[in-house]
Amino acid sequence: MTGFAPRSSHVAEVVRIPGRETEFVRDLRSPNRFLVSRAVFTDETVLAREREEVFSKCWIYVGHVSEVPKPGDFVAREVAGRPVLFTRNSAGDVRVLLNSCSHRGAEVCRERRGNQRRFRCFYHSWSFNNDGQLVSMPDEEGFPEGFRKEDHGLAQPAAVGQYRGFVFLTFNEEAEPLTDYLADAKYYLDLTADQAADSVGMIVQPGTHEYSMRSNWKLLAENSSDGYHAIPVHKTYLDVQKSRGDQIAGSTDKDWKQSHAFDLGNGHTVTVKQAPWGRPIARWRPSMGDDTKATVEESYRRLVEVHGEERAQLIANLDFNMLIFPNLVINNIMAVIIRTFYPNTPGHMNVTAWSLAPADESPAARRVRNESFLSFLGPAGLATPDDNEALESCQRGYQSRPGQGWNDVSRGMDKADPPNWDELQMRTFWRRWDELMGGKA
Amino acid sequence: MIDAPDSVQLSSKRYDRARVEDFLYYEAQLLDAWKLEEWRDLFTADGRYVVPATDNPAGDVDMDLNLIDDDLVGLHGRVQRLMSTYAHIENPRSTTARVVSNVRLWDDDSGDLGVRCTVVVYRSRLPGTTSYVADVRYLLRPEDGSFRIAAKHAILGHHTLRDVGGVLSIIL
Repeated sequence: MTGFAPRSSHVAEVVRIPGRETEFVRDLRSPNRFLVSRAVFTDETVLAREREEVFSKCWIYVGHVSEVPKPGDFVAREVAGRPVLFTRNSAGDVRVLLNSCSHRGAEVCRERRGNQRRFRCFYHSWSFNNDGQLVSMPDEEGFPEGFRKEDHGLAQPAAVGQYRGFVFLTFNEEAEPLTDYLADAKYYLDLTADQAADSVGMIVQPGTHEYSMRSNWKLLAENSSDGYHAIPVHKTYLDVQKSRGDQIAGSTDKDWKQSHAFDLGNGHTVTVKQAPWGRPIARWRPSMGDDTKATVEESYRRLVEVHGEERAQLIANLDFNMLIFPNLVINNIMAVIIRTFYPNTPGHMNVTAWSLAPADESPAARRVRNESFLSFLGPAGLATPDDNEALESCQRGYQSRPGQGWNDVSRGMDKADPPNWDELQMRTFWRRWDELMGGKA
Repeated sequence: MIDAPDSVQLSSKRYDRARVEDFLYYEAQLLDAWKLEEWRDLFTADGRYVVPATDNPAGDVDMDLNLIDDDLVGLHGRVQRLMSTYAHIENPRSTTARVVSNVRLWDDDSGDLGVRCTVVVYRSRLPGTTSYVADVRYLLRPEDGSFRIAAKHAILGHHTLRDVGGVLSIIL
């Protein structure tokens, strides 16, 4: 398997990236050290600046096109903390409307999802179509001369874009096109979208994991691709898999050692490996049960038919944990998880996660996927609750010296091709974050 | 999802409520005492424990994404994990107290006994206390004068897990 490594991965960070020292991040050379100020996890002014410089400037994930398959479908959710309506208008185009009436500001929709042509604000009954245009309100004659309904539509983001079914918005009028913003992350989005061997594509399964953590959002950005924590934090998961017959054996075998971490540009990162666990597409393991072996093997045969052996190998076997800056995680591991998160306060975030699956998956394959997903992932799985505890424990620990202290994120910074249990992926996030935040030197 | 009929006269012709309540209280007591292996052994070989996602309480439990979907193998894994000192979020363990109420019965077409009840779980950890509410449906199978659990579906009475502990690390 080759072809998945970006060019930057051949040169160590300390050689290709100049050192930098700001109030938030110390990226030091000779000696090589990478330190992050603990104040960035607790400081209110940092969060206020993140809302402006990060969440209002970057492209932010909204949802997947499969969530609004038919004209009139809508999903109401928060994106970057803002209530939005993710809709498909009557012409069949995807739209993102800000869920706040142009009249007094109430939400025009308070359902989670549904299908309707109109959104009617309950406060004064102003009605909007699913393009966001104001179509009617009671007693129209009462408004002064020159009042034009076309000036009072629902506000919209500066731009909405999609790539392979993944829909993003930005509030930045000067944002680069989404495809430029995604940089080398597109390669991995392609590998994800191509898991559906047929033209039916991938769907987000019904059932959303909506949970929260009493910790700073950036700790989850780090944790989502942190290979170094896997053995101490997820020992119970690995032990359970081992007792089901999977050869995990200490989990430091070559399986784990053949891993990489890449800088995908614009703060996006990925860690890549062939992990020991099974995958419904298409790596059978004894823990999945003998009766699923044929289903998993069939799913792989279909990938080979459509994409050829070499690409099918990559689609089926390359496990990766990707962070699309700033707050979208797509982990293509024992199943495919889409996870996004947003801070309410410096010490609290909301997390939302979905499972992405081939649309035409058979019930047997779906069972393997769901079992794979739920055994590790999710707020009631065997692993995620312990990540929660680790991150909340960090946040509690920061209170021991409020505003002081530095986290060490130096592992592997002098290596040309560091593995996933080093910390290139976190440093890549932090460098981009620091650049956008304009930390004082 | 176990479909509980909602007729006024809902009851079982075969079992009286007190006997079923005794069993439910016993289950609650095992869970509160962290006797999880004994709890797990209440399940039949084809037993299943399901918690649907909070935004999809009436979905397709087989094709949709649940929060928990354990067959007996899954239950063994969950219990093995929770009994380990490496289940960090449950070390130290939560203190829990379960209140079981609104118990209704029906003779299910499957031949099992259908049970529906409301459960409130008070759960306390050092960082704080929270409570989970669930509409729980069972299919119980009589065995040796008591019951085994053929299915337990716990539908959370929360729209999200936010502000009820953030996650769900205990058994409902």
